[in-house]
Amino acid sequence: MYRGQSGQWSFFLHRLTGLGVLLFLLLHIVDITLAGFGPKVYDDSIKIFSTGVIRLASLALIASVLYHAFNGVRIILIDFWPAAHKYQREMFYAVLALSILCFLPMAYFVLAPIFGICPQHNCAASAAM
Amino acid sequence: MATRATEQQSITPYGATSRPGPGATSWETFTWWFMRVSGVALIFLAIIHLLVMHIINDVSATGYEFIANRYANPFWRVYDLLLLTLALLHGLNGLRIVTDDYIKHQGVRLAVQSLVFLMAVTFWLTGTLTIITFHR
Repeated sequence: MYRGQSGQWSFFLHRLTGLGVLLFLLLHIVDITLAGFGPKVYDDSIKIFSTGVIRLASLALIASVLYHAFNGVRIILIDFWPAAHKYQREMFYAVLALSILCFLPMAYFVLAPIFGICPQHNCAASAAM
Repeated sequence: MATRATEQQSITPYGATSRPGPGATSWETFTWWFMRVSGVALIFLAIIHLLVMHIINDVSATGYEFIANRYANPFWRVYDLLLLTLALLHGLNGLRIVTDDYIKHQGVRLAVQSLVFLMAVTFWLTGTLTIITFHR
């Protein structure tokens, strides 16, 4: 086991976030089919997505997408520029830092409506029940 | 597909990369390229999608009327079709690679990977139908 080493952790996180985003994608394809059943059905489903619980859950999705995207760039750099191996650990820390940096403001936008703040300026009156 | 990592990966003086080695089949080389190209495209497609649906607009404002206004412009239908297609193939091919790593039994692997293929077809058709047929 290479437990605790950055190469192993980045690999594990890449798989975990990839499978997580895939699971969401499959659910999302199912939920958008509700649009085919008319406005009433679809808007009801959007109300579920606007609840505090699902807002919290969507933070996991956003974090996963960001990490998977940035670590994907790290993998591509190592693939096409083998000398980048020397910096794989530094690049892993950069991936983590960049993910957190992008995640924090996005998390604020997603969670703020729960507390009655709407930075997007178009939250529905029923947002965040 | 049954060839193991040592034959498939390139070993450079710096260590192994995920790049297909001389032992890789043309199919594995193709999917390797597909993962890189679709991955780069998805960085933009998926993150812009997140920004539009959660940051520029609140998710509570993305109801039926929102889609109707958005889909009045064919650009967003093409955008969503591209996102659906690339994300689904990238994700399910990732799942195939994971099953390749953990399922050693040939018969079980074939059954699981057939299921993954069937999922790709079913979910792609469902999503495409929704995007193409949506009307106010």
